[in-house]
Amino acid sequence: MSQTAFEVHDMTVAYHRRPVLWDIDLEIPEGKLVGIVGPNGAGKTTLIKAALGLVQLASGKVEIYGKSYEEQRHLIGYVPQRESVDWDFPVTVRDVVLMGTYGRLGWFRRPGKAELEIADRSLQHVGMGAFAKRQIRQLSGGQQQRVFLARALAQEAQIYFLDEPFAGVDAATESAIVELLEELRTSGKTVLVVHHDLQTVSDYFDYVILLNMRLIACGPVEETFTNENLQKTYGGRLTILDEAAEAIRRSKPLQ
Amino acid sequence: MLTGITVNAACALVGCFLILRKMSMMGDALSHAVLPGLVVAFVLTGSRSMVPMFVGAVIAGLLTTFMTQTLHQYLRVPSDASMGIVFTAMFAVGVVLVKQFTEGLHFDIGCVYEGALEYVPFGERVAGLPRQLFTSLVVLLLNFAVLIMLWKELKLSAFDPALATTMGFSATKMHYLLMVLVSVTTVASFEAVGSILVVAMLIVPASTAHLLSDRLGWMVVLSVLIGAVAAVLGFWWATYWDTSISGMMTVAAGCLYAIAVLVSPRYGLISSVLRNIRMSLLVLRDDVLAMLYRIEELKSSKKFSIAETAAAVGGGWLASVSIFQLQRSGNIEQASGSLQLTDQGREAARRLVRSHRLWETYLVEQLGMPLDHVHEPAHRVEHYIDEQIQEQLAAELETSDQDPHGRQIPH
Repeated sequence: MSQTAFEVHDMTVAYHRRPVLWDIDLEIPEGKLVGIVGPNGAGKTTLIKAALGLVQLASGKVEIYGKSYEEQRHLIGYVPQRESVDWDFPVTVRDVVLMGTYGRLGWFRRPGKAELEIADRSLQHVGMGAFAKRQIRQLSGGQQQRVFLARALAQEAQIYFLDEPFAGVDAATESAIVELLEELRTSGKTVLVVHHDLQTVSDYFDYVILLNMRLIACGPVEETFTNENLQKTYGGRLTILDEAAEAIRRSKPLQ
Repeated sequence: MLTGITVNAACALVGCFLILRKMSMMGDALSHAVLPGLVVAFVLTGSRSMVPMFVGAVIAGLLTTFMTQTLHQYLRVPSDASMGIVFTAMFAVGVVLVKQFTEGLHFDIGCVYEGALEYVPFGERVAGLPRQLFTSLVVLLLNFAVLIMLWKELKLSAFDPALATTMGFSATKMHYLLMVLVSVTTVASFEAVGSILVVAMLIVPASTAHLLSDRLGWMVVLSVLIGAVAAVLGFWWATYWDTSISGMMTVAAGCLYAIAVLVSPRYGLISSVLRNIRMSLLVLRDDVLAMLYRIEELKSSKKFSIAETAAAVGGGWLASVSIFQLQRSGNIEQASGSLQLTDQGREAARRLVRSHRLWETYLVEQLGMPLDHVHEPAHRVEHYIDEQIQEQLAAELETSDQDPHGRQIPH
């Protein structure tokens, strides 16, 4: 058994007291491509954000290679949802990719030649080398996504968290992303991807986390991505959890 | 005038980040909310010297930022409302304090609004410079130094706060830092340009620069220049008409913004009008070509003069221009009073008609649209379909040689 790259212990996350993720417990071994799958509002993005310290945990903990997130920042690459940033921001494609190197640089130090090389290499890697000097406003959705991926590559991380990289991209970009994910796996990285398209789960990933406010299942795709588990994930509203969450928010017992 | 330039430049530096973080109104909020801090500092120390004023302002600024954030995050007050609540409350406290403690002392409330650039040369002096000039220089240098030192951190946290936070550059910390800078800048500018005009100086030059530039570095440099130009223009105009200098500086900044709106290469009115005209001409040229092609195809003996052709594609001077352009580019020619396609024009027209008919077929075959509804959409789309999409369409269609009206799709 290989090393555990990512581990969540008994984690609960709440927004305004209302729990959105309940008692999540999971372990992901190193070197896997992991799909995070579940219906809208299942807490997929929240799982990533909690893992990255972007939202507070109500309880439990997250470990990356056995240590807390704060100690392992340098091992982590993050690709937020494309719409989360302002694409009218006055920067070039290369500037954005260069941002990937900021974490390693730390406070006050400025990116130099080495960082520029990393940025250019990452851009070429995603087939966007020719766009380096473009203003980001001019990019299509697929190109924006590639730029974000290049930025993540420039982070030179061990474990990557990608939030819906396939949302609204063209077919060519989608296959380019898949290829890139596979390369990352080959070089021993672990990649967690929030994913929407059930059809492609078994093609793209070798591990899957099925999520619907609670953890339904987590494991290798062949064993875990079963009809029965999918039924549990998508079938029927989880009314009881929903109602319990609402009750907690109102601090009143269920009537 | 020098004071005006330094104040405007200092404001522009932090203003750039305010507007990029979409927090322009936070400048407004802070410029009012620092007032109680100033009064308390004044009352406690009995002096209007720089250090206590800055300390007071920074504390008031941080408090405002903290309260706004708390209201927004924990009580779920919308961020604009929480800003409105906090800054008006703080300002009111400030006004009350002024009335209570500083009666008879030199603390002119009118001065808070309008500033008193006019009197700068006659005021007290620090290090040989008028006090306001000295303060604003200090703040300009401070802003400049912070920007240089934390350039990449400020840039990243403005563009993608989530990533910044995961990298250990807490976006919240950067937010507070920026707010401290804004507070300090506001205070330094207070006496010179007045609280309301500070807001203009924070936002207008930076927005103008945003319209005109693609790079953050350029945007910052430009905004400083624009702030300075506004200061100089405002000074001249105010002297000429003998009116409020800071008022005129804001008017000047507004004028510069208006000019940028007109000429900006991307969003500018002029360029968008030009773009629209160019697009209309393209559509009209396409329409003329396609119409002549269809006439040829029907083997109709009908001849179209220039005027008739122009009328057929909707008329107007643009239609005449488009026909003229087609003639000049050798796509159509005039023979015995009527227009005809040249070989080159026929080729172009065939591509268009192919796009049109492929699209119609696609709409009927794949999207199941009724036959009498497909001409209009195809007519709109045909101008944008290049060869690559044509091939994709042809490959996806079952019948790619005949359109749903039974007409041949040209190759």
